Amino acid sequence: MAKEKETVPISLITLTLGIAVTGISFWYGQNNGLLPEQVSEQAPLVDDFFQVMVTIGTALFLLVEGAIVFIMIKFRRKKGDETDAPYVEGNLPLEIFWTAIPAFIVIGLGIYSVDVYSQMGGFDAIGSGIAHNHSHHSVEIASLPGSEANLLMAEGDNREYGMGATPVEGKLPPDLTVNVTGIQYAWLFNYPDTGIVAGELHVPVGKDVQLSIEAQDVIHSFWLPQFRIKQDAIPGEKTLLRFVATQTGHYPVVCAELCGAYHGAMRTEVIVHNQEEYNQWVAENQIAAVPDLNKAVAVQQERSDGAFLEPFVEQMGVNEHTVTALQHLH
Amino acid sequence: MTTIIDASKNGGKPVAHGESHGEHPDYRLFGLLIFLASESLMFGGLFASYLIYRASTTTWPPEGTEVELLLPAINTIILISSSFVIHQGDSAIKKNNVGGMRFWYVATALMGIVFLGGQVYEYLNLGYGLSTNVFSGCFYVMTGFHGLHVLVGVLLILGVVWRSRREGHYNESKHTGVEMAEIYWHFVDIIWIVLFALLYILTRL
Amino acid sequence: MTQAELPLHTPPSQSQGHQHPEKWSWYHYFWYNTDHKVIGIQYLVTSFLFYLIAGVMALFMRAELSTPDVDLLSPELYNAFLTNHGTMMIFFWVVPAAIGGFGNYLIPLMIGAKDMAFPNLNAIAFWLNPPAGLLLMISLFFGGAQSGWTSYPPLSLITNNVGQSLWILAIVLVGSSSIMGSVNFLVTIFKMRVPDMTWDNLPLFCWAMVATSILALFSTPVLAAGLVLLLFDINFGTGFFRPEMGGNVVVYQHLFWFYSHPAVYLMILPIFGIMSEVIPTHVRKPIFGYKAIAYSSLAICIVGLFVWVHHMFTSGTPPWMRMFFTISTLIVAVPTGVKIFSWVATLWGGKIRYTSPLLFGVGLLAMFVFGGLSGVTLGTAPFDLHVHDTYYVVAHFHYVLFGGSVFGIYAAIYHWFPKITGRMYNETLGRIHFVLTFIGANLTFLPMHELGLKGMPRRIAMYDPQFTTINQICTYGSMLLGFSVLPFMVNMVWSWMKGQPAGRNPWRALTLEWQTTSPPAIENFDEDPILWAGPYDYGIDTQGAEEETVEEMLEEVKAEVS
Ligand code: HEA
Ligand code: HEA
Ligand code: CUA
Ligand SMILES: [Cu+2]
Repeated sequence: MAKEKETVPISLITLTLGIAVTGISFWYGQNNGLLPEQVSEQAPLVDDFFQVMVTIGTALFLLVEGAIVFIMIKFRRKKGDETDAPYVEGNLPLEIFWTAIPAFIVIGLGIYSVDVYSQMGGFDAIGSGIAHNHSHHSVEIASLPGSEANLLMAEGDNREYGMGATPVEGKLPPDLTVNVTGIQYAWLFNYPDTGIVAGELHVPVGKDVQLSIEAQDVIHSFWLPQFRIKQDAIPGEKTLLRFVATQTGHYPVVCAELCGAYHGAMRTEVIVHNQEEYNQWVAENQIAAVPDLNKAVAVQQERSDGAFLEPFVEQMGVNEHTVTALQHLH
Repeated sequence: MTTIIDASKNGGKPVAHGESHGEHPDYRLFGLLIFLASESLMFGGLFASYLIYRASTTTWPPEGTEVELLLPAINTIILISSSFVIHQGDSAIKKNNVGGMRFWYVATALMGIVFLGGQVYEYLNLGYGLSTNVFSGCFYVMTGFHGLHVLVGVLLILGVVWRSRREGHYNESKHTGVEMAEIYWHFVDIIWIVLFALLYILTRL
Repeated sequence: MTQAELPLHTPPSQSQGHQHPEKWSWYHYFWYNTDHKVIGIQYLVTSFLFYLIAGVMALFMRAELSTPDVDLLSPELYNAFLTNHGTMMIFFWVVPAAIGGFGNYLIPLMIGAKDMAFPNLNAIAFWLNPPAGLLLMISLFFGGAQSGWTSYPPLSLITNNVGQSLWILAIVLVGSSSIMGSVNFLVTIFKMRVPDMTWDNLPLFCWAMVATSILALFSTPVLAAGLVLLLFDINFGTGFFRPEMGGNVVVYQHLFWFYSHPAVYLMILPIFGIMSEVIPTHVRKPIFGYKAIAYSSLAICIVGLFVWVHHMFTSGTPPWMRMFFTISTLIVAVPTGVKIFSWVATLWGGKIRYTSPLLFGVGLLAMFVFGGLSGVTLGTAPFDLHVHDTYYVVAHFHYVLFGGSVFGIYAAIYHWFPKITGRMYNETLGRIHFVLTFIGANLTFLPMHELGLKGMPRRIAMYDPQFTTINQICTYGSMLLGFSVLPFMVNMVWSWMKGQPAGRNPWRALTLEWQTTSPPAIENFDEDPILWAGPYDYGIDTQGAEEETVEEMLEEVKAEVS
């Protein structure tokens, strides 16, 4: 059916259209403004990847939708024309073409995904021994003491899912480890090195931070939109997120997994300090916090007590009905 | 299921437009096979979950919930041999021997009932319950589900026997219902073999 | 020789116990009936009622979301609506309408059979639906299931046990119904085609139903297993999904998604089939690449069984799993693309009639491509880590489910309305319906992409005030959508009673269902249908015979044959 397409003007038009589509796609890929600020080392990786996908997506979208609009106008039935259209059953080369191109694109995207995922530290998730030498200790403290789950789940301890060290960080232990616990409906942050317990996450900028995440009651999901990372907090299973914050400021921490009626209120903040501020914060809070690790554990055991939450209400940004609801529950 | 078997009352008529679709103009067998393929996936789901639980637990089964072997082994032998017994019934009907078919089918049903009895006896004597731990949960759910299938199988077989009272209801050329009961029974058997391997043998390795 | 036979092949007069009236009266539609056409209509009408109910729930949810705070609904009620909206839309609307409704109505007609292979099983399968729906409605009086249509434990174990248990029973019932239906479809298509109908000129809708049925048969039982375990955990003290008892919550997610990912293809494959019927007919051109479209359904079916973990990228899944399922997910884009491009090529050079079915078909094409592309972005684990469980996902699946499945069902309703009722619908109302729906859908669901990317999670009744404006746009869109069903309903009711008589074949289509009267007689065909052309052979046989009607041609062919 190539006959109709052979005239020169059409190929010229095709060329112009091609350039226009490419141009628009690249422009939109770069300038869509759909993603929030980038605050972690992973964020630019994800965003570049997203840009590539938006570019490809826009091009495909414009091609297909453009074709549809064009067809709908060009080939609408003339009034009174009751005849059938020409008999065209298929066109093998064309069909091979539009099977091959998408195949090509998705293979490319697949390889790119693996690469990005690897650079983000995804492949280090299952606790590689050395990297966790330092953190392992803290992980144990954070685990539910004496819970049956631990006795039954043999490999429970090194089954960690999520994001670990990036290939660049290699086998170095993280600069800071924080144990994160999700409960209905709040996040608790426990700094094993200093014994601080907080309702929002404080981290120093530019430092390699590792979060060891767990959940006490139901599944939650720890999401830092500006950091482009997310990991479910799973009861009975420890998960991991490791990142380097690249910019100071206050950013939201969001629970992304439905965890009950007040799931939407399970929000807090991550505060990225510069080093001095961070040290200051640690100093201030270490006095306030009981430097006794056992106490930290005990605190967690009382997790389901609504009253326990009250002191944290303000700093965690949990609104009042959350707490009231919790108190109703228990 | 019985409603489908009902349709066989009108059976025996030549196919309207003879031809193309070969040997089995009765669709019920084909339907049953498809259904069983699907059904096996249900067990497949349970088996897969069981294996995951097993893989993530050090002592499996956990202490205090060990399984017994002797009775289940006997039960297994009964169930497996019943497959041969029911096949005798099928061969009988193919020789137009309705009496023989009834005999073997009743025997199969009895073996099935003995199996179920053994199963109940085992339940009563295990000393742990459904909710003791994950293993016991798997154990009861899996064997219970299978037991339910055995029960249905027994009812199907008895249904066939009941139908066969009528003179000429089944004969050498018309016995799809008989065959369906047999196939279903083999299916129940195969599932049991896998189940036995998972629950009674894998727990000893 | 085993030669038992179903009564189907014996003429009605001869088959004992199957005495049909000449024509069904209205009350036959409200009771147990084994005629596949009655069952098809029963499916369509009941599922549409559920669509309205689930739609009203969505409207309430949108109203709640027009402000950041909790004002209209309590958070518990919001979650109950959310759960039941998703559940009803999927299990009580799209699946029964597309598979149960059109599958039953069309398959025997399209292959020239008198009924399905197992009419009784078919009727039973349908009658499992009303009680299931009733259970769901009852559950709402107990507060309803509140843990999302995915019902992940432990949340589903600790919130509203009564509602959750009723929910499980309802799903198990419709699941069984869908298995029975699939057995029936497969046997019917494999065994009951008119003698000349080879696989090469099987209508593409039937091909799609083969793929759909295989998928349903393989995946539904696994969901049943998962739900039964959940039911035991809730009611009988087991601990499969209770970590404190040694259970594992991620196992449930695998069991659930092993079904529910294929379920999304269950909801689109029949629609793809519908597209392949609607487009050629209304552009008077053969389908482009029949074989490619037929086989790509099977490809989607097979690959679709191995992508389920893409819903669990942020859950307890090791890296290799995340990567493996990234790749397998991306692969699905290829066979789907083949279909999309083939339809576009079918449109190309056609003589396009702006009828309502075609408009919805083209609208589907436009929206599905968008939803599919966002699906591909979700399929890549590194990016999904950011947008999982956000409104970006909500946007994706409404594009494919609303813009895909629902548009497709609308197209099918308009396309086969003359066949089902014997009357024409009103074209103007149909076009108004299309325009409102198209604008409404994009207004509602397009902005949701941005919400998700910017940081708004899904399933929340209260949200960060920074998202207010965009949410309000979505809410306005949903109001338009709510309004858009009115012209449709008026059209359907009015046309069914008062519409122009349609005749056998108003679209001059070539598939067999158009050879019989509208509505078809009780056993479908007065005389055995004749396969005188391929299902999409527009432009060859009919070209030279412009002034001949299809009926006249049929007469000729018949004369030649005998
Ligand atoms: C009709 C239903 C339907 C359909 C057809 C699809 C189709 C697809 N879906 Fe979607 N999906 C859902 C319904 C559906 N989905 C639902 C309901 C959910 C949410 C469940 C929940 O959590 O509640 C979901 C969620 C969902 C997720 C999980 C997101 C998350 O929770 O984090 C993912 C991730 O991979 C995904 C991917 C895909 C892909 C790759 C396709 C592909 O099949 C799309 C293929 C189509 C195209 C790609 C477009 C046409 C092709 C071309 C124009 C060719 C060229 C294209 C390329 C080269 C890219 N979907
Ligand atoms: C086929 C599937 C389908 C369809 C068609 C729809 C249709 C719609 N959906 Fe739905 N939706 C889902 C499937 C679907 N949805 C699923 C699976 C979920 C996930 C659930 C979960 O997370 O568990 C979801 C979740 C979901 C959310 C996310 C909630 C959250 O995460 O917090 C939202 C929010 O806006 C939404 C909105 C809508 C809207 C506005 C429509 C509109 O298209 C609806 C239009 C409305 C109507 C058509 C009704 C019109 C009726 C009238 C005007 C009344 C007339 C009455 C009489 C005559 C009696 N849906
Ligand atoms: Cu915690 Cu949602
Ligand atoms: Cu999916």
